[in-house]
Amino acid sequence: MSEHSGHTGHVVPVSTYLLVFFALMAGTALTTGVAYIDLGRWNTVVALAIAVTKMMLVVLFFMHVKYATGLTRIVILAGFFWLGIMITLSCADELTRTWEINPAGWGGIIPFLLRLF
Amino acid sequence: MSTATADIHDRPAESRVNYLNASYGIKSWLLTTDHKRIGLLYLGTITFMFLIGGTAAALMRLQLIEPQGALLEPETYNKMFSTHGIVMVFFFLVPSIPATLGNFLIPIMIGARDVAFPKLNLMSWYLFITGCAFALVAILSGGVDTGWTFYPPYSSLYSHTPVVVMALGIFIAGFSSILTGLNFVVTIHKMRAPGMTWFRLPLFIWALYATSLIFILGTPVIAITLFLLGLERLLHVGIFDPAIGGDPLLFQHLFWFYSHPAVYIMILPSMGVVSELITAFSRKKIFGYSFVAFSSLAIAVISFVVWGHHMFVTGQSIYAGLVFSVLSFLVAIPSAVKVFNWTATLYKGSISYQAPMLYALGFIGLFTMGGLTGLFLASLATDVHVNGTYFVVAHFHYIMVGGALMGYLGGIHFWWPKITGRMYPDMWARVSAVIVFVGFNLTFFPQFVVGYLGMPRRYAVYPAEFQVLNVMSSAGASVLAVGYIIPLVYLTWSMRYGAEAGRNPWGAAGLEWTTPSPPPTENFEVAPIVTEDAYNYPIKQPRDYPNAPGVAHV
Amino acid sequence: MSEMAAHGAHKHPPGFAHQFEDMAQQKEASTLGMWAFLVTEILFFGGMFTAYTIYRELHFESFVTGSHLLEVKFGATNTYVLICSSLTMALAIRSAQTGKRKGQIIFWLILTMILGALFLGLKLRFEWYRDYVDGIVPGISWAYNGPHAPGVQMFMCFYFFMTGVHALHMVAGLGILTVLVIMTARNKFSPEYYAPLEISGLYWHFVDIVWIFLFALLYLIGGRY
Repeated sequence: MSEHSGHTGHVVPVSTYLLVFFALMAGTALTTGVAYIDLGRWNTVVALAIAVTKMMLVVLFFMHVKYATGLTRIVILAGFFWLGIMITLSCADELTRTWEINPAGWGGIIPFLLRLF
Repeated sequence: MSTATADIHDRPAESRVNYLNASYGIKSWLLTTDHKRIGLLYLGTITFMFLIGGTAAALMRLQLIEPQGALLEPETYNKMFSTHGIVMVFFFLVPSIPATLGNFLIPIMIGARDVAFPKLNLMSWYLFITGCAFALVAILSGGVDTGWTFYPPYSSLYSHTPVVVMALGIFIAGFSSILTGLNFVVTIHKMRAPGMTWFRLPLFIWALYATSLIFILGTPVIAITLFLLGLERLLHVGIFDPAIGGDPLLFQHLFWFYSHPAVYIMILPSMGVVSELITAFSRKKIFGYSFVAFSSLAIAVISFVVWGHHMFVTGQSIYAGLVFSVLSFLVAIPSAVKVFNWTATLYKGSISYQAPMLYALGFIGLFTMGGLTGLFLASLATDVHVNGTYFVVAHFHYIMVGGALMGYLGGIHFWWPKITGRMYPDMWARVSAVIVFVGFNLTFFPQFVVGYLGMPRRYAVYPAEFQVLNVMSSAGASVLAVGYIIPLVYLTWSMRYGAEAGRNPWGAAGLEWTTPSPPPTENFEVAPIVTEDAYNYPIKQPRDYPNAPGVAHV
Repeated sequence: MSEMAAHGAHKHPPGFAHQFEDMAQQKEASTLGMWAFLVTEILFFGGMFTAYTIYRELHFESFVTGSHLLEVKFGATNTYVLICSSLTMALAIRSAQTGKRKGQIIFWLILTMILGALFLGLKLRFEWYRDYVDGIVPGISWAYNGPHAPGVQMFMCFYFFMTGVHALHMVAGLGILTVLVIMTARNKFSPEYYAPLEISGLYWHFVDIVWIFLFALLYLIGGRY
């Protein structure tokens, strides 16, 4: 397909759209199937990894971000980064309430920091 | 001062077509897509809401003259401070400068014809007044008594007040501000005139850009939070309900994720105004342009990671407390950078003391005090003692009133001639500025003391030993009220009887001062091309500025 | 008036808005505007995702139990339906970009609407209605007395709030698509001007992405083994 520049924007070939479509359908089948297999805590990781991959496909191809300006990408990244701030700092409170308060004295700061990882 | 002589090169305002007289009739205002008219529509609306919030404050201060005041029942007092907070925060301060001065000035300052989405701009105003209408319905049916902070489980399960209606009003007004922020970001990115590079923009634009980022990133979170609160109230079960494992503190996290950056929404535009006022009335370019520009962005970014300092004593984990405390100290740095740079701009400037400058200087002093007292609150150890007392109340009023509101008034006075084509009587304006400054300090300084001594906030009654300070505060409030009412009178008067202002009555730098006062609908007679940096003093004197500070009058 | 004088004589294509200098600037502005709006939507849904993350961590067992009350086959079917609708939406935009007849654009738009309506219909009839009958709708019809009752009720709150807000966005999307169909029928679009289609497509794809995450997080937690 010819590529129009300027006003019309990048035209994505139908074949690309179809490939992405089938990848998304396959990803859905995969994530549904994996849910029936016991992977312990990895079930969550796999499900999220597949979801993120599907999202990337939609964003890059259906939403044309692969052909978009740097400003668009920064805007999208900022959105996710800010969501990350909200989740991380909220969890910093909600999930640390039951931690013992400074059991090792202030010299215990290093073990405390290591414990975060 | 002498009255302005009409410039011989501009026909009198009435006979020249400008945005005010380009079309007549109520439909031309209610269906306008002109950013300047929309700015004025907002000006009227928020002034009205300010009077409502101010009335609530007046009733509170009257109640607090007596330790066991009998003016208001405690339940009514709770509704007063809640109404005061909600109206002043959501329906006055958040939209104040962005929706009025921002809407009016941004396209002109960047050399554009209008904002990127003029119809969306009008919709923003309609959303805003719809939000106001819901809030007024809630107030008229008694008002909420949850505080502007709406903490559950009281607000969700126990309060018998119109919480859902009020929350809906705030929700709708929130969308108004999201659309405004969106409009500003796209306008500033995409519609600058040729030659107007990012680093030639007035600092007011940088400040509003940073504010718009906060609008976009923060406001949706208060929206969903109030929505979830509303659901919990309607269904009698929800995600903040301890009965099903919910955590009321989660509401506080989500609430403050917006509401802390919101306070920066309220102060950043004022800081932008102050940058414009200080440079214009020192006739000097800003000291450290890029530092001031980047500090606006830094404030916007860091403001999002400090919200937990509102929750130090509510049961938050100590580890989160430590993190938020450290980050809260960080956010003081870019604010301090601004104060230092403004001061350095004043140094060896050719300073004059017109009303806008008085407001700007007042801002710098009072904002500094408010900011320094914020450090007491950022520090965990001292916060434990002063949280929930009048110390906090004084702190944020120094910023919001001593800072944001004075910046707003300074901006209104500075750009009034551009907006209306008329000058107001400068002596009255200066007197009011001084009255505001004196009244403000008399109202709120005693509150630092009484808070430090232990008087709690949000109480209708208090121990007798605090009465003297409370009476001083209430007396100050009446002086402050006078200081706010006088401008309403002379500004209204000036719209009809004020001396005509030319293009540049202050002799200030900036694209807005090159176009007629009031501007034509399309802002400029000829599309501007920018070749100079901002604040390029001394500017080539345009023909008309008989009111310019320091210039001998003919 | 002064508008004519300022512009001179050059003609702009239909759909041009005069606050802009040219169509390219207009298109960049509308695209940036829609992306900024989608960022607000990320934060809007994000509030619920934040809450979900915290409670899932704190009440994992209850959430697994609650998740098992949902039927994977309906969630999965709806996911397939939405992915198809994203494809048809992308093809609708592509038809406008490549100057196809308006009938073709409308065909893809209506197909997208049918799929969107199918999503909502399946949800309402086979999930929400059945949940109502089974008594697992918090605050409206709650008769659950299995294990982890409080936590399961919390999970179901999340299920209904998150899929409910998502469904509202779908309804809004159907409204937008209706407007687009009307605009297309009135010959508004061409390869030079199709920005409303493009930015509505961004919105539609975003709502699809939200569902992708909702499916994974609500239906598949803790596995089904």
